[in-house]
Amino acid sequence: MKAPDSAIHQAIDDPRLQLAIYTATGRLIDHRAAVVSREALPDYQALRDQANAIKRHTIENLDRYLEQLESNVTAHGGHVVYCRTGAEAADFVLDLAKKRGVHMLVKSKSMTSEEIDFNERLEAHHLEAVETDLGEYILQLAHQRPYHIVAPALHLTRYDVAEVFTKELGVPNEVVIEKQTKTARGVLRRKFLEAGIGVSGANFLIADSGAVVIVENEGNARLSTSAPKIHIAIAGIEKVIPRAKDLAVFLNLLGRSATGQPLTVYTSFLSGPRRETEIDGPDEFYLLLLDNGRSKLLADPEKRQSLYCIRCGACLNHCPVYRKIGGHNYPWVYSGPIGAIITPQFHGVSSDTWLPFASSLCGACAEVCPVKIEIPKILLKLREEVTEVKRREGSGGLERFAFQLFAWIATHPRLYLSLAGLGSLFFPLVPKIGPLKKWASQRSLPEPAKQSFHEWFAQRRRS
Amino acid sequence: MSTRVSLFVTCVIDQIFPQVGIAVTQVLERLGYQVDFPPAQTCCGQPAFNTGYTEEARKIACYFLDVFRDSEIIIVPSGSCGSMIAHHFEDLFEHDPKLLTEARSLAPRIWEFSRFLTEFARVDDVGARFDGIVTYHDSCHALRELRIRDAPRRLLSQVRGLTLREMSAAEECCGFGGTFSVKFAEVSGAMGRTKIDSIQKTGASTVVSIDSSCLMQLQGVIDRAGLPIKTMHLAEVLASQ
Repeated sequence: MKAPDSAIHQAIDDPRLQLAIYTATGRLIDHRAAVVSREALPDYQALRDQANAIKRHTIENLDRYLEQLESNVTAHGGHVVYCRTGAEAADFVLDLAKKRGVHMLVKSKSMTSEEIDFNERLEAHHLEAVETDLGEYILQLAHQRPYHIVAPALHLTRYDVAEVFTKELGVPNEVVIEKQTKTARGVLRRKFLEAGIGVSGANFLIADSGAVVIVENEGNARLSTSAPKIHIAIAGIEKVIPRAKDLAVFLNLLGRSATGQPLTVYTSFLSGPRRETEIDGPDEFYLLLLDNGRSKLLADPEKRQSLYCIRCGACLNHCPVYRKIGGHNYPWVYSGPIGAIITPQFHGVSSDTWLPFASSLCGACAEVCPVKIEIPKILLKLREEVTEVKRREGSGGLERFAFQLFAWIATHPRLYLSLAGLGSLFFPLVPKIGPLKKWASQRSLPEPAKQSFHEWFAQRRRS
Repeated sequence: MSTRVSLFVTCVIDQIFPQVGIAVTQVLERLGYQVDFPPAQTCCGQPAFNTGYTEEARKIACYFLDVFRDSEIIIVPSGSCGSMIAHHFEDLFEHDPKLLTEARSLAPRIWEFSRFLTEFARVDDVGARFDGIVTYHDSCHALRELRIRDAPRRLLSQVRGLTLREMSAAEECCGFGGTFSVKFAEVSGAMGRTKIDSIQKTGASTVVSIDSSCLMQLQGVIDRAGLPIKTMHLAEVLASQ
């Protein structure tokens, strides 16, 4: 697939959208900065190192921790289901719903379920899935996919939301955010009580206790996982962490990096169905452990760190490219820098060859990543792989020729010097018109120097 | 005997901004250094490396190692090229033990210009005079790969007649990004315009950086918009008297 140039153009050219993106990401940037500062959290860098070390250890011993997790979940009366693909996960839910006579389920926010087109798969079989996170609910009504990992409706203003509510819910146009929230709450409360199944994602799966940890701010995840008779959690296999005490590191980083909160409003620890002595909770609990390509990433020792991601979204907020092109111009549900490195790894480098190149390699992403994923380094590796694929396919010949010529010139000083005055070596040389034209579409060209530094120095030495 | 330093001027400065190389030479000579310019030098290979042409980048890196084999101190007036040589040459040779050793011995000999002045020469005041309000743009690779933040600011703060005014988004990318600037010209241009907005708000008449390629991007956007702002490499400001 080629880059969606015209959609990118549209996003950049839309002042209202640009303002919405800049305001929202700017606020997240400021909030994060305030709570990771040296004064607010002196151990911030040490915590990042620790988080990285724990993730590395876990990913490199994933088989062991998954087994431990499974045995602890089972000991609490829950069931673990391994799903190779999204279809397997959806089929399991459909089958269970059929057996239990469930026609509607509620969902809390889960990127993993977005990744496998969960709602669409269910709806194809007339099983209704209702999103209960406010942002996700708005998007479900608007028939859109998430714009951002953490703030899915980040691109919509309250005026946009008012329009969506009027059109889809038939309520009067209301632009006051509190009143909009009240409208959504009114609808969703009934859904919580009617739903036969509650589906959630998971932020962390604790191997040594078998607990699912979910962080959130709205309380909808807590309701989704406790009100219905059945709770199903869908999580990628990389979400496991060894010990409950490791949360001291991750909970401290996740909220701060995502929204600038020292801790999110709710942190839920869910371990299995309701016990006899407990008043609340589901009768049945299933943990769906999803592969969907993750084990493929595990095979690459250099790039497997992509699986450390805890989905905080900080790299999106700080990415100058994401802030220009927005979330919907990325080919998959994961947008921004993390999307740019995981999409080609899940879908294959030849699927969206432009994606690893859509970065100025500024490194702002890696600087804010709480688990220290070396995003620019992985982008460079992916660029190399794309170039290699093109070499094998025999495409991209002109660019390849330009760089071969460039390398030839740069290793032959006489040739290099004789080309002095032709302008910059930096632009791919042949054909000059293409790249220079693109440059000039946005910016003025620099004047080529009358005398190169080489010539100046040589002349000075002579005189 | 004065200390001899080798200058790697970078291809962008050599071909487009020779005045920056001249300014670097002047500042170093004023401080009493003997500037050596290995004439066989060309480029560090970064454009090829960043575009995924590793084999081509490797050839250029090999050539660079050859040209600068005997240089003990190599001054690079660019954070980006400096980082390419000091950090990414190692990535290029990770499967070649001999060249890896060479690349590793090269890394500590690479000195970005402002770092050389403040950490090796240990001068903050080079005796420059420049009248005007200036804002400083942190180039991404200098800031995040070489960890250079204070050195250029310290040097600027000692220049007579100069007022340094920080912009709000000093650490935000200018949008250049090498071949990114033509592959995604529109995104790159939009990033540049956002940066210029934040520069304009300072009221500065000059933007200073330690990377000429960032300045080429910024000047291009400034000229297209017809704004009365100038871009200058740090060396040009420090050479002014």
